[in-house]
Amino acid sequence: MSDKNFPLLFERSKEGRTSYSLPELEVESFDLEAELGDVYIRKEPPKLPEVSELDIIRHYTGLASRNYGVDSGFYPLGSCTMKYNPKINEDIARLEGFSHIHPYQGPGTVQGALEMLYDLQESLKEITGMHEVSLQSAAGAQGEWTALMMIRAFHEANGDHHRTKVIVPDSAHGTNPASAAVAGFEAVTVKSNEQGLVDLEDLRRVVGEDTAALMLTNPNTLGLFEKNILEMASIVHEAGGKLYYDGANLNAIMGYVRPGDMGFDAVHLNLHKTFTGPHGGGGPGSGPVGVSEELAAYLPKPLIIKDNDTFSFDDDRPESIGRVKPFYGNFGINLRAYTYIRTMGAEGLKKVSEYAVLNANYMMRRLEKAFQMPYPQHCKHEFVLSGSIQKKLGVRTLDMAKRLLDFDFHPPTIYFPLNVEEGMMIEPTETESKETLDSFIDTMIHIAKEVEENPEIVQEAPHNTIVKRMDEATAARKPVLRYEEE
Amino acid sequence: MEFRYLPMTSEDKQEMMKAIGIKDTDELFADIPAGVRLQKELDLKQPMNEYALTKELTAMANKNISTKEVVSFLGAGVYDHYIPSIVDHVISKPEFYTAYTPYQPEISQGELQAIFEFQTMISELTGLPVANSSMYDGGTALAEAVNLSAAQTKKKKVLVSDAVHPEYQQVIQTYAKGQEIEIIPIRLNNGKTDLTHLEEQLHDDIAGVVVQYPNFFGQIEQMDAIQKLLENQKKTMLIVSSNPLALGYLTPPGEFGADIVTGDTQVFGIPAQFGGPHCGYFATTKKLMRKVPGRLVGQTQDENGVRGYVLTLQAREQHIRRDKATSNICSNQALNALASSVAMSSIGKHGIRKMAEMNMQKARYAKKKFAENGITVVYEGSFFNEFVIQLNQDITKLNAALLEKGILGGFDLGKINPAYQGQMLVAVTEIRTKQEIDQLVKELGDMHV
Ligand SMILES: Cc1ncc(COP(=O)(O)O)c(C=O)c1O
Repeated sequence: MSDKNFPLLFERSKEGRTSYSLPELEVESFDLEAELGDVYIRKEPPKLPEVSELDIIRHYTGLASRNYGVDSGFYPLGSCTMKYNPKINEDIARLEGFSHIHPYQGPGTVQGALEMLYDLQESLKEITGMHEVSLQSAAGAQGEWTALMMIRAFHEANGDHHRTKVIVPDSAHGTNPASAAVAGFEAVTVKSNEQGLVDLEDLRRVVGEDTAALMLTNPNTLGLFEKNILEMASIVHEAGGKLYYDGANLNAIMGYVRPGDMGFDAVHLNLHKTFTGPHGGGGPGSGPVGVSEELAAYLPKPLIIKDNDTFSFDDDRPESIGRVKPFYGNFGINLRAYTYIRTMGAEGLKKVSEYAVLNANYMMRRLEKAFQMPYPQHCKHEFVLSGSIQKKLGVRTLDMAKRLLDFDFHPPTIYFPLNVEEGMMIEPTETESKETLDSFIDTMIHIAKEVEENPEIVQEAPHNTIVKRMDEATAARKPVLRYEEE
Repeated sequence: MEFRYLPMTSEDKQEMMKAIGIKDTDELFADIPAGVRLQKELDLKQPMNEYALTKELTAMANKNISTKEVVSFLGAGVYDHYIPSIVDHVISKPEFYTAYTPYQPEISQGELQAIFEFQTMISELTGLPVANSSMYDGGTALAEAVNLSAAQTKKKKVLVSDAVHPEYQQVIQTYAKGQEIEIIPIRLNNGKTDLTHLEEQLHDDIAGVVVQYPNFFGQIEQMDAIQKLLENQKKTMLIVSSNPLALGYLTPPGEFGADIVTGDTQVFGIPAQFGGPHCGYFATTKKLMRKVPGRLVGQTQDENGVRGYVLTLQAREQHIRRDKATSNICSNQALNALASSVAMSSIGKHGIRKMAEMNMQKARYAKKKFAENGITVVYEGSFFNEFVIQLNQDITKLNAALLEKGILGGFDLGKINPAYQGQMLVAVTEIRTKQEIDQLVKELGDMHV
């Protein structure tokens, strides 16, 4: 192994070194060994690191310098809405009155928290045009599944036990079919047409008496608005199915159009995307669910209600699908989203969508000179280009993504959605300046030129990163999933 | 109004519209059918400047009573522990908290290695060789374990001990409905899973047995006896939900033959935050490695032989397998896993045993004091840091009176079952002082007549 290896915390460990600062015992000592006996006392201590406080700080400072976030630079990761994470949100979330409250304190001692949750429910109802909102789901995927379980409960309550299928477009995010499966449905694919939109003919073909729901992302994952939405809604509704909205792309339409007004019966939002919850290296997120009046009775419980000026939990919901998560959802993330909504207001949120869409279209128009655009119409907040021209020259989209690393950019999402050859999905977000967009565009055009003139430099990228391309095949063939002492 | 998160000037906007070939950004929204386009402004509160909003939200926070202002004996799944100062300093590093899932290993080695270390620590604590990068929380992690047991054994019945956290049981129920798994509750005997009932229910058609260790009432389940029962039922999986701090002292479930161990690492460096975000963990055997839900990080090398880490075994996951994935989870709780890693590293190999032991010692002191003051301790069995006392008054009322004295009393068990009326689940962690414990005992003793 190379001496360039960054040590693991376990490798920094030295017997006898500590970093803890425990309170005093103060009380008499009870004989635990006599009480528990051999069977219940662990024989070997867990091999946690033995390191000093400074060791830990240096270690994680080193690791942080080996990581890239939105605060490091441009992060146009399509479908993930990597916008700026406001610092006030972090400060508010750390106020002791929010961070150090226990979920089982009496409601009288957490009125501020309940007020925030209630107000957030109300705001999200207004933004989505839905009848009722639950904040319990932990992330987008859990929100999808929660809503599908409600749709399932609705059909079952109507004696409709044969509605076993959930339709998802071929461009849908992987969580859509996966959530359908976890909710006990069979996922059925509906094709996209040449314009990148759901093929209405194919939709008519797959819709039927067994349809429980259609899951739709609008704008879809190609960044295109499904302009036939009303027709699609009526096809699904006439067949007795429900229309589900994957709100991962809400950033494109706030203040312009609402899922509720488009005919959707259920929606989830990703507060960690549109509403600035920081992505945390993979989470935590929050995936609230909004529903129409018809589905409201099935929402997970409890909901937060307001009576005069007092807030409380509503647990008396006999038709509820039950609980999807312990306690009341990812409160800390909901609080950050709430702070953001209060910062922006209606005017600000509409501008957010305006600029998210303007930025994406600007990038698309400038990049279409060097790359193939499979769907050349105006996009919404993101667009997908194809690396097919470059592929003919022997350079793959993966190579171009790796080359971007040399210029200190986070690459876009690649090879998704699945219906674009060598796809690269670019979502700039509204928080980036024109200078940043231009510099990324110039770099992309530069890379396209390299592909023509000097393809090796792209094929062999990255050149400037602390590690080169990783051997992923071996990682999967002979998995090493934890540290073992040599 | 100006918005500080929106950097475009009007000049920028003009130039960009020109490049696109439009006169007004509304043209970019022209494909939205006119009939559904929103004709009004959203009805939201007015935007607010940073100073005023901070003031308003601080006032809102101050309407809550924080556990920093009172002395808390409230646990029941969420605990008040010492959080090393360094935890927040580390998770506040923007390279961690403003990044997303490490899809690009060359610029994500920091996060990937941190997760690899988390996986190692969870593996150490649970006594199982494989741990994932995190789940939403202890409840959903347990529900995923139930789903996995059914998928793996192709059986549709799971036995769940009544001493599992009641909200975890509810989450299991909701998930099980999707997969049409029948949940059979196992009764309690003296605050622990009733082994006779468990044995009666344990047949060939049982996919898994779920117990909590230590259980919801703080009691240490008879894991060795449960392991023996399962020896005659080889296919049935043993699923254990564990407070990972307790595993610093107690024999890890892996040594009792557990197939899956889940739980929540809130006890390590994560504030209560009104119940979330916390951090679920999921550990299992090598045999089930390719069935694990969620992200896994593996060690490998780059082309120059430099050690590094990547997301691996992704063929399990939704973005590859879609409806055939082992779970639908995508975003997880990575930042909280990082917080717990920092806390676990800080506590360290010997500190964790001390910390666990201190919880047990202080809780035993409190228990002894209650008994001395004529308050019945309901279960006599061995426990971790929580135990149940029986009082002769309404717990809500008692807790209100305690709050007047600056004490946040224990969990009212009457809320989960009328049979437990007047019972309080008291949690005593390492940060409670002798004087605080004495005061709780005295106050309750005075009210308990
Ligand atoms: C379109 C779409 N739907 C759903 C999800 C799932 O959201 P989460 O990761 O919060 O579970 C994502 C996020 O990656 C997404 O992009």
